[in-house]
Amino acid sequence: MPRPPRNDMPRQEPEIRAHNFLEVAMGYSEETAVIEASRCLLCKKPQCVTGCPVEVDIPGFISLVKEGKFIEAARHIKKTNALPAVCGRVCPQEDQCEKLCVLGKKEEPVAIGRLERFVADYESKFGEIKIPEIPPQTGFKIAVVGSGPSGLTVAGDLAQSGHEVHIFEALHKPGGVLVYGIPEFRLPKTIVAREVDYIQKLGVKLNTSFVIGKTLTVDELFEEDGFHAVFLGNGAGLPYFLGVPGENLNNVYSANEFLTRSNLMKAYDFPNYDTPIKIGKKVAIFGGGNVAMDSARTALRLGADEVYIVYRRSKQELPARAEEIENAEEEGIIFKFLTNPLKILGNDDGYVVGIQCQQMQLGEPDASGRRRPMPVKDSEFIIDIDLVVVAIGQGANPLVASTTTNLETNKWGYIVADEETGATSRPGVYAGGDIVTGAATVILAMGAGRKAAKAINNYLKTLK
Amino acid sequence: MSRILSKERLSENVVKLEMDAPLIARKAKAGQFIIIRIDENGERIPLTIADSNSETGILTIIFQEVGKSTFQLGKKKAGEELADLVGPLGTQSEIENYGTVICVGGGIGIAPIYPITKALKAIGNNVIGIIGARCKNLLFWEDKMREVTDELIVTTDDGSYARKALVTEPLKELMESRKIDRIVAIGPAIMMKFVSLTTKPYNIPTIVSLNTIMVDATGMCGACRCSVDGKTKFACVDGPEFDGHKVDWDEVLKRSQMYREEEKIALKRFERGEA
Repeated sequence: MPRPPRNDMPRQEPEIRAHNFLEVAMGYSEETAVIEASRCLLCKKPQCVTGCPVEVDIPGFISLVKEGKFIEAARHIKKTNALPAVCGRVCPQEDQCEKLCVLGKKEEPVAIGRLERFVADYESKFGEIKIPEIPPQTGFKIAVVGSGPSGLTVAGDLAQSGHEVHIFEALHKPGGVLVYGIPEFRLPKTIVAREVDYIQKLGVKLNTSFVIGKTLTVDELFEEDGFHAVFLGNGAGLPYFLGVPGENLNNVYSANEFLTRSNLMKAYDFPNYDTPIKIGKKVAIFGGGNVAMDSARTALRLGADEVYIVYRRSKQELPARAEEIENAEEEGIIFKFLTNPLKILGNDDGYVVGIQCQQMQLGEPDASGRRRPMPVKDSEFIIDIDLVVVAIGQGANPLVASTTTNLETNKWGYIVADEETGATSRPGVYAGGDIVTGAATVILAMGAGRKAAKAINNYLKTLK
Repeated sequence: MSRILSKERLSENVVKLEMDAPLIARKAKAGQFIIIRIDENGERIPLTIADSNSETGILTIIFQEVGKSTFQLGKKKAGEELADLVGPLGTQSEIENYGTVICVGGGIGIAPIYPITKALKAIGNNVIGIIGARCKNLLFWEDKMREVTDELIVTTDDGSYARKALVTEPLKELMESRKIDRIVAIGPAIMMKFVSLTTKPYNIPTIVSLNTIMVDATGMCGACRCSVDGKTKFACVDGPEFDGHKVDWDEVLKRSQMYREEEKIALKRFERGEA
């Protein structure tokens, strides 16, 4: 029997989903999942696993899907990945597991991410929540700063080792970027809440609205509160701006602010929720990464007539996932490639009315290996715009590092941590995720959390 | 969650709440602020800390009812809880012995100027206070301010109490007649702008505290950005206090108006009892 082609996931139609915040992709049916799983060759030496930062046993879980054992498949993944419903949705599988899938050489790779998502959703719908047996308490207390992907992973792992784990989250809801950054239409918040709930069921204590560096410092966690180790997973969290004139005009947002208002504060449902957000008619997003796509698609759903992605390189260089670019294009987002914003124009009341741009062309490759955009002479033009979102990345928020003694940071302010263990310059303090690497992916942060949890366990043994 | 221990109405629209917040009260320094969120649908609003007591764990906040959230907060009673109370945030005031300092509090700004005035007095400054409000009804804490100043001047815009003047008038007279080493002014942005313009010709360092729009208030979103000396700063982590002579006041004033329309919608709905 010939192998079936890779199965698409049903999605909301573009013209419908462009006006709602419901999840775009709707997931496999049981039948489709089994057919997709049957495409897997179950390689003896699976390449896909080497592409996964947390080394999920991919053939192992897929063979369970083949047999229709969906709940068992989900639990099999959970041995190495506590957040499969999240990873199945937001991991860049095309650059990781699926990129290395042997099938991908001649045809399309197995849809590993879609299968992961399917089994995780299936388990939450039909399976009982199974709490693994926790060993007796060790008496060690560990503080985890930040409740994003790295923090949740560390907390879950260390709780399962029998330690007393406390998460400290600055915002009022746990989940970090999964809650304030990634929109509902890509990652429903009920899924994040479910994962956080699971971590709490493992015994992790959660303190929200608690700012380490302000309410308490890392030094105080050790000296006054008797913590034995601290993991810093507080994220990057300092928005970059372009530095062009007009950036402080009204209706110019950082992507962080725009997405936080909409996602965390639910401003898309103003005035039922108190936090307002400006609805642009003609919106420009500066940048070309996943955050730029999220911002553009959020602006559209809020009610914009036209949304532009303004990017100074060409389509080939867009850092966003192919899937998100495709989704954005289908929904009618307009891409302005090779366009460099020079100035944001405002009216007398201080609101944005347009952007002045310059046409670019690609020159020789730069340090990043991408072709450097060069301005085209006398090519300046104006686009009428009434709302701008700056989504060009972020740097290290100094709030934690600057209030912790003996903690080394690099010249950009990121915390210096060992790649294999997360160990920092200060004994007992470990770090991982975006505050170490700069803005990266959910799964890389989780991988760092996994390694740090192992290292913290080893460190605690030396204290006995 | 944070419990309201007591509530007192200081004037028609000015309310004082004492909050049970031992961790924050222990850390709070003059000049810092907190974020509160009333309930699950609430917005995050920054309020400057009016007083704190590390022994009792009581944190005092004072606010004026101006929009939906503050009117809603004004209806809360002792014993009720707020969903969130976060802090202390922002940098603390620079408190040194400068010599003679004038502390200016305008309207609701009297609340945050109080702990700064108290600290400046305690460290040995000769402290002159100027407090003012639009009318008598909006004045409060005259007695408390008198306790922590060597002299206190009280003004109202309409003359309904004490001297009929804007705070800038006695301020100018003092600068004309004595050697003043430093000025700290907190109040509505428009007042801080005019205080800064008044003190500029005398070249006396003038510190202001910006109460900008904020969301996370930990440096993550940039809603609070302002231009100081031509550079963009985040009021939540770089401030809230800045050199008043270097602040781009027109930008501050325009940014403070960004959600004027939405604020009206929310307040109307609240007054109709729909939220």
